[in-house]
Amino acid sequence: MFKWLEKNLPKIVMAPAVGLIGWFVYGFVLWTLYISFTNSKILPKYELWGVGQYVKLWGSRKWLIAVDNLLIFTALFLIFCVVIGIILAIFLDQKIRAEGVLRTIYLYPMALSFIVTGTAWKWILNPTLGIQKMFIDWGFENFTFDWLVNREMAIYTIVIAGVWQSAGFVMALFLAGLRSVEDEIVKAAKIDGANLFTVYWKILLPMMRPVFFTSFVILVHISIKSYDLIVALTQGGPGISTTMPALYMTQTAFHKSQVGLSAASAMMMFMAVAAVIIPYLYSELRRENAR
Amino acid sequence: MQDKIHSSYKQLEQRSKYTNMFLRWFLYLVLILFALYFIFPLYVMIVTSLKTMEEIRQGTLLTWPSGLNFDSWAVAWGGRGYGAGDTFLKPYFWNSIKMVVPAVFFSTFIGAMTGYVLTKWRFKGDQWVFLFLLFGCFIPFQAILLPMARTLGVLGISNSVIGLVLVHTVYGIPFTTLFFRNYYISVPTELVKAARIDGAGFFKIFFKILLPISAPIIVVTVIWQFTQIWNDFLFGSTFSFGEAAPIQVALNNMVLSSTSVKEYNVDMASAIIAGVPTLIVYVLAGKYFIRGLTSGAVKG
Repeated sequence: MFKWLEKNLPKIVMAPAVGLIGWFVYGFVLWTLYISFTNSKILPKYELWGVGQYVKLWGSRKWLIAVDNLLIFTALFLIFCVVIGIILAIFLDQKIRAEGVLRTIYLYPMALSFIVTGTAWKWILNPTLGIQKMFIDWGFENFTFDWLVNREMAIYTIVIAGVWQSAGFVMALFLAGLRSVEDEIVKAAKIDGANLFTVYWKILLPMMRPVFFTSFVILVHISIKSYDLIVALTQGGPGISTTMPALYMTQTAFHKSQVGLSAASAMMMFMAVAAVIIPYLYSELRRENAR
Repeated sequence: MQDKIHSSYKQLEQRSKYTNMFLRWFLYLVLILFALYFIFPLYVMIVTSLKTMEEIRQGTLLTWPSGLNFDSWAVAWGGRGYGAGDTFLKPYFWNSIKMVVPAVFFSTFIGAMTGYVLTKWRFKGDQWVFLFLLFGCFIPFQAILLPMARTLGVLGISNSVIGLVLVHTVYGIPFTTLFFRNYYISVPTELVKAARIDGAGFFKIFFKILLPISAPIIVVTVIWQFTQIWNDFLFGSTFSFGEAAPIQVALNNMVLSSTSVKEYNVDMASAIIAGVPTLIVYVLAGKYFIRGLTSGAVKG
């Protein structure tokens, strides 16, 4: 008995973690999947109902707006974060004075919650006393900046705040990547007559492919899950113009008490994340095994 | 050969001295402009929190406050002293502390143990167990919100700090496991093997050999978990309301409450109070913060 215990101690120590994750992650996802095939309203029902909730979901105007917003947000969020991140990383990599201070400034938004970020940007972007007033007071009398309360433009305010929060993170990833490249490669290229631009464009950036991949995965992941920022900045408004899937899911579940429908929307999000993450994990694991 | 390369490199550097000077000015200009963009909201938050509403209406976002006026900070932290509808952050700040400390402790401890087993007591299929845990880093939490809400209800700990401790501990395990596993994998297994031959047991090896060298990864993990849990809004707002709410939820409620005239100075003071703990950690231990950020996200 004691022998058995001693031999299996590592597995026994592992068991709580595996059990908790098995139950609270996999079990719960399966439960949500099951409920998405039922006609659950306020309380979950366990009779199967088929794919009705998914039909309803994709027929809902609000969900379509949410998906549309997600695509717009993801595309812009990705482009701006990566472009700004790369520019900052390359520039910081030029033996800059006070690099530490600058890096700290670029990255501090990552330490803040999206609620704090959203609260700050909501105040900055508000049309009555915010940026608009600043420019008018400076003499640009016809300056208008009402994106926050403009149905067509409100989604872009979320992009502004999101990029502000996450661009520094991409910088950190690329800076780490650039620093891991051997100095000799750059020197050799320069002797061959390549200027700095060519060195980065033709040699270093192509070497950063794994960093691009990682940034892509993380940023897409952040944007699919984005919830707090929208709640703090626009609450999905004006109207429903800035609804995104994560917001749709909680609203449908907890305000409209449509448990089945919200489970279906949660599963759509789950599948979207899985489509990005599984290839990523697969390639990471292969790289690790190859080592 | 090496010398020749070196001297031709030197020549090249000489030639491009003037282009370089122009480039460097441009470089610094861009970097400083971006720095201003990143600093701008923080600056606006701080000066706004120090102004009176009158000053806010008259000046612009950038106007310097007339003096150091901490009234809105006092209101944000302790309220105005009248009963109903007077929301302020103090009790929720303590809720967050009560939630963060145990949740960080438990999740870090469990992660250290699983990381230890996965690297130093390897068994058949441990790669799959790791992958099984790792996937938990990535699931969108929307997919577990509904059953979690019911589970907390059944356990009788919905709308309580204890419930949130449980939630954050569980969903922190994948990350803490990842951190410790990736750290311990670089510790030579020979050390452990030698200790085993000397008759040291499972726990003795952990506490005598691994724990003493784990300080850096413990710091990284604790900072990561602290930041994640302190900044969480989704779980806080879904599983708690009223008195048990953590600070981010309270901040959001305060800002959204439209009972009276909008007081931006109080809003900004509240936002700073909610953000200050993680900011302090970031400034004091930025190196570890960044390490957590990059390895939490990069490494699979």
